[in-house]
Amino acid sequence: MTRTRRPGLPWLPMARLVGRRVLFAVPVLFCVTFGVFAIAAASPFDPVKAYAGTAGLTASQENLDQLRANLGADDPFTVRWWDWLTSAVTGDLGDSSSLRQPVAEVIAERIGWSTLLCAVAFTLAVLGGTVLGVLAARRRGGLFDRAITFVCYTLEAAPPFWLGLLAVWLFALKLDALPAGGLTDTASEVATAGQVTHHLILPAAVLAVSQLPWFVLYVRQGVGDAMDEDPVRGARARGLSERTVLFGHALRSGLLPVLTLVGSRVPELITGALLIETVFSWPGIASATVEAATSVDFPLLAALTVLATVAVLAGNLLSDLLYGLADPRVGFDG
Amino acid sequence: MADFTPTAEAAPPTSVERGSPAPRWRTAAAGAQRGSRALRVRVSAGLVAVVVLTVLLVPLFFPLDEQAVHLADKLRAPSLDHPFGTDDVGRDLLLRCVYGLRVSLLVGVVAALAATVIGTAVGALAGAVGGWTDRVVMRLVDVFSSVPHLLLGIFIVAMFQPGVWPVVISVALTHWLSTARIVRAELLSLRSRPYVEAAISGGASRLRVTVRHLLPAVLPQAGLAAVLMVPHAIWHESALSFLGLGLPSHKASLGAMVQSARSSLLAGDWWPTLFPGLLIIIPTLAIAGLAGAWRERINPRRRSELTL
Repeated sequence: MTRTRRPGLPWLPMARLVGRRVLFAVPVLFCVTFGVFAIAAASPFDPVKAYAGTAGLTASQENLDQLRANLGADDPFTVRWWDWLTSAVTGDLGDSSSLRQPVAEVIAERIGWSTLLCAVAFTLAVLGGTVLGVLAARRRGGLFDRAITFVCYTLEAAPPFWLGLLAVWLFALKLDALPAGGLTDTASEVATAGQVTHHLILPAAVLAVSQLPWFVLYVRQGVGDAMDEDPVRGARARGLSERTVLFGHALRSGLLPVLTLVGSRVPELITGALLIETVFSWPGIASATVEAATSVDFPLLAALTVLATVAVLAGNLLSDLLYGLADPRVGFDG
Repeated sequence: MADFTPTAEAAPPTSVERGSPAPRWRTAAAGAQRGSRALRVRVSAGLVAVVVLTVLLVPLFFPLDEQAVHLADKLRAPSLDHPFGTDDVGRDLLLRCVYGLRVSLLVGVVAALAATVIGTAVGALAGAVGGWTDRVVMRLVDVFSSVPHLLLGIFIVAMFQPGVWPVVISVALTHWLSTARIVRAELLSLRSRPYVEAAISGGASRLRVTVRHLLPAVLPQAGLAAVLMVPHAIWHESALSFLGLGLPSHKASLGAMVQSARSSLLAGDWWPTLFPGLLIIIPTLAIAGLAGAWRERINPRRRSELTL
């Protein structure tokens, strides 16, 4: 049997898609930042008070006026938006009023931990969701299928913070097997890999469990539908073993399209991270967002909103690239 | 995160009914599934009725005294006297959960209705006017959906200070997108129907065609989206409240109750955390079960599983 040479990846169309998406991202980010500033302008939020903090209560009116002028708080919000945008392009995102350090520094310090948590949780969710979904799809309507579907709907309805707290109660308090939160043990100064892993298990597992139902249900649906399709029926009719039918035929057409959708799960992942990082005091970017929100830290919130938007757009792009690769009929025109 | 809204592009691949007869074991399974589906609808309807009656009737007979403190009874485990136990100042958790559920449901329903109104209006505008309006509006929808819902909600609430209305507004402003997409898609598919073309050729204005002929036809879809939105809105409200960005503590919703139970939980008492969370899950599942049956009724060809 001669093997036909596999064609290489369609680099050019892929590059064109990436280029188009980057061009599309510019107006999106424009609109998002504009919207963020417009909301702030419409709200009772006062940048001077936020910046001065408790010191503002004792400061003289003169100082406050000076601060007001420095921050440009009396300019229309479009001017402030434009100033922010032009300095953001050079990498200056302003100063966080709650953490008292440059926003860019806050992000640089924390983004690694968030990425670690999200990547581990996401991998777990994809792997677990695929296995459980395929198992459920093998016999739809069977006992295992119905049990797993029910559990998935319940988990999907359950708030992740609640799952996290119950996990803390069970694993940290009752079983005393895992730490309840944080990145390292309180006594230690440096973050060793062992300690971080130990502290990572619980939040990553809970985040994975909260993301799992979607993957299970979609994989189950995709593979289950593929089991009803003609190629699979044909394979069955030829007397191929169940195993070959499942792995060689059903998974190929049923699983691939679903797995390409993983990129579009970024918003849900961010939502989950916002809650889970807060529950477990994980020093990531999502918990910083929540802290910034409770202390009305506008510069930090604005930057993090933009960052999340970039992540979502990147996820969508990844999804479309994978989809085009998995199904050549789709192409890269999106 | 739970995505309870039916988005057009995120719908899972669905099985379309096929003409060829299925193997016998499969028809048997389908029969069993139909049976369990009918049961599920009945159970869901019953649960929704119980929840609604509870939150409407219980406050009439059992007023909640927020100020009451019974330190002698604090953190009692669930018992016959207090089926859900008591919280850290000795208040009965069952009653507090009912009131919390009431607040959560109210916020959820109001926010879902507001989101549906916005979504239907935007979708109708895009679908009925078409052309450049359509393009611009749908691009705006794309922009909106590039920001994670909860994050945008957090931002809005943080800027406007936590409270009932900021929470309702932030949930409504972040959840109209899917409804707008659904309504627009429906309108576009309806525009070429003979009865609409007949109305147009009969000289009806664009507004009249939209209001008299198009909107009534999309109302079932919009209604379904609204019902599916309620659990989603409850979920978001509880998340905001849990983060301390939701309702004030004297109007404790279920999420706020979980938040205030955190210290008790870390001391080892699980019930103040467990029960409010369960009360978020149960109405969600019940509403989703009912909405699934409704969806099957208006989209009979798409016999999809209910997607949360």
